[in-house]
Amino acid sequence: MTAYNVKVNGRSQSVDVLPDTPLLWVLRDSLGLSGTKFGCGIAMCGACTVFLDGKPLRSCSLPVSAVGDREVTTIEGLSGREAAAVQRAWVARDVPQCGYCQSGQVMSAVALLKEVKRPTDRDIDLAMNGNLCRCATYVRIRAAIKDAARSLGT
Amino acid sequence: MQNQQPRLSRRTALKGMTGLVLGVFLKPGLSMAQSGAAQVLRPDGSTITFAPNAFVRIGTDDSLTVLVKHIEFGQGPFTGLATLVAEELDADWSKVRAEHAPADANLYKNFLLGSQGTGGSTAMANSYEQMRKAGAAARAMLVEAAAQSWRVPTGEITIERGVLRHAKSNRQARFGQFAEAAAKLPVPENPPLKDASKFRLIDREGAVKKLDVPAKTNGTAQFTIDIREPGMLTVVVAHPPRFGGKVANVDVTQARAVPGVVDVKQIPSGVAVYADSTWPALKAREALRITWDDSGAEKRSSSQLVEEYRTLSRQKGSVAGQHGDVDAALAGAERVIEAEFVFPYLAHAPMEPLDGFLRWDANKAVARFGSQLQTFDQMTIGGVLGLKPEQVSLETMLAGGSFGRRAQPTSHFAAELAEVAKAIGPNRPVKLVWTREDDLRGGYYRPLFVHRLRGAIRDGKVVAWANTLVGQSFIQGTAFAPLVIKDGIDPITVEGSREIPYEIPNFRCDVHTPSVGVPTLWWRSVGHTHTGYAVECFIDELLDALGQDPVAGRLALMGKAPRAAGALRAVAQVARWAGPGPFGDRARGVAVVESFGSFIAQIAEVSIRDGDSPKVHKVWCAVDCGVAVNPDVIRAQMEGGIGFGLGHALFAEVLLDGGRPVPANFDTYRSLRIHEMPDVEVTIVRSNEKPTGVGEPGVPPIGPAVANALARLGHNRPRQLPIVRGTV
Repeated sequence: MTAYNVKVNGRSQSVDVLPDTPLLWVLRDSLGLSGTKFGCGIAMCGACTVFLDGKPLRSCSLPVSAVGDREVTTIEGLSGREAAAVQRAWVARDVPQCGYCQSGQVMSAVALLKEVKRPTDRDIDLAMNGNLCRCATYVRIRAAIKDAARSLGT
Repeated sequence: MQNQQPRLSRRTALKGMTGLVLGVFLKPGLSMAQSGAAQVLRPDGSTITFAPNAFVRIGTDDSLTVLVKHIEFGQGPFTGLATLVAEELDADWSKVRAEHAPADANLYKNFLLGSQGTGGSTAMANSYEQMRKAGAAARAMLVEAAAQSWRVPTGEITIERGVLRHAKSNRQARFGQFAEAAAKLPVPENPPLKDASKFRLIDREGAVKKLDVPAKTNGTAQFTIDIREPGMLTVVVAHPPRFGGKVANVDVTQARAVPGVVDVKQIPSGVAVYADSTWPALKAREALRITWDDSGAEKRSSSQLVEEYRTLSRQKGSVAGQHGDVDAALAGAERVIEAEFVFPYLAHAPMEPLDGFLRWDANKAVARFGSQLQTFDQMTIGGVLGLKPEQVSLETMLAGGSFGRRAQPTSHFAAELAEVAKAIGPNRPVKLVWTREDDLRGGYYRPLFVHRLRGAIRDGKVVAWANTLVGQSFIQGTAFAPLVIKDGIDPITVEGSREIPYEIPNFRCDVHTPSVGVPTLWWRSVGHTHTGYAVECFIDELLDALGQDPVAGRLALMGKAPRAAGALRAVAQVARWAGPGPFGDRARGVAVVESFGSFIAQIAEVSIRDGDSPKVHKVWCAVDCGVAVNPDVIRAQMEGGIGFGLGHALFAEVLLDGGRPVPANFDTYRSLRIHEMPDVEVTIVRSNEKPTGVGEPGVPPIGPAVANALARLGHNRPRQLPIVRGTV
């Protein structure tokens, strides 16, 4: 076991884990942040998406030893106008079904809107196609992202 | 895993099921104390004072909590069943909450399944009257309490959006004010139900928002995998690589050396690793050195099974349905068209893999997981731990999808959960977690099927239809068998094939049910996953051969299928059907399938470039599911069903190689992604019929609709699924 300091949602916290422990399990098991989900463990489904220094990343495939002093943001720590717009749009469209993948979907959607103010369908495809939804809520995800973009103006 | 026999005895299961016919929805005259929940302390400290029946709780804070006996995994029962109660109560939707009911077969059995459980798209069909009556009883009691307090006739009291009002005396109150007084009144036996013309929530666009959505948008929704308790161990199990394999011997030295690992135990389904958190458990499982005994294991490959099934399909099987004289009509035909369809094993792959929490001692067990057949799971856990079912408290959790996977007639997952808890001993809470690899290689697949179809054409008409099916039954050998299997035929294997919506004078459907050591299971829309494809592709091919339009040709044969025909007409109208095309590089295909009492027709607009996967641009969908309780939930289920059905028709297959499942994860079990999702337009057919399910019926038509479009683009209707093979 090795001690690591990780900065998550603005707080620096110490965890004592195996060096190759994926960030996902540090968040979920060590820090009790269960909003970030396990879906595949090989970065193929996006359920574990978090931000590392503001950029989306699959936390299941990043060992905690590689995080360093970079800032981790999870669904629990999501803030800002893009996040508020996305979550409002998600609720207005009743996007989730089983809901398990939706933390990851929301994280990817917020990341997209931070980069691209008025995403095209192609932008949405590229930003979101790493996030699987087995319920296939894709029609509403796409619509809600467009709603959120509109609500942000610019 | 299939070597784990169901733990409940057949006799007990049957005993549980006979209650079905006697099932009462409310217990008239039952006193509050007997109903078991008159006083329930909620986590926020407020007391619920009014619990008129097993489904309705009204708090002094005006909250209306609806206990939902069906598991919520995205198909919408929390919202749907709460809508029914709130409708009869004229409740304020902002005060409505939904919770899973506890496992209690007496109070919460599914009348259509005979025990507590969810499946067959039955939640709304089963609960429509029950929940309305539960709400109506609560309403009558609140009104009575208000009438007594205000000393006015009950008939002069109205309710609107959670406010009781007596107009003449200008008095009003919210539900909470009369919750205590209402709790002291007798429960009415036959409370009047609202007339449909007075509905404010049922079948009203935008009247309700889904109750589970906010928590599923901000990460706070609690799933089984999120459970953490002091002292809890996380457990993963190494399963045999072939179905029917067993542990010959195991060297646990390296596994035990992984820091964080607490113990390693052999259990009936494999080798269980216990650790203080997930990662050490996963690492230690990798470090196990297990020699497997495959002497009793299934070793056939998919290709071998397909060949064996093909051979069988050329012999007549057990006849599931017939009329006229098929053999004579085939012999006297001008032309016989023959087609063979091959359907692979499919995994459900819910986003949240199977998982469960259990803590137990000599007197009781507390299990928490996404149980879909609560009564069976409860009995199974009790059986393993030597407890009576009533000593097993089972709390149903929100589940990250199921698609049928969590409904296990063998309760194999509940059994494994109880076995890992038993092996480590009492007072050691465990959380058993399956990984994606466990899920995809763990069996309980949609069974592999081969269909052989023959159609006879004479005088410009289809005069005979013969369909031989070959595939496993997952009911055989389970507690469901005596109830389901009739005359040696498991009707689930032939649903959608033994009766078709088309009038053909000579008809036969027969089936072979081979024994294969691969555990199989219902998979969203069950038999219709293959029969819908075979029937809808083949009728299209026959009409094509006759030079008939796919819509008009079908309608001409649908005289005895008015609701299916209605859905087909509706979809043709919204899609402005003008034939299948091609129009430019696109063509359209149609399919209509009844499943679980709901009628769905779809038209898919498709293009394909050489060497590429088909591109589905748009899908129009018409649904007749009786009264449309929550129109937007219905639309969502059609959208999701289309995406689910399309992804599997295009890409998905669990191939067996020497008995070993090939796909391990989402890199090799290809799932639909957002850029492959078509635009979807859903139209709901107006109906006054009783509501039927929508969780599954959106799935079957999309595959054949796409195949039928491909046929108009110069490609044959794919005979073997998935349509895009070997691309992973």
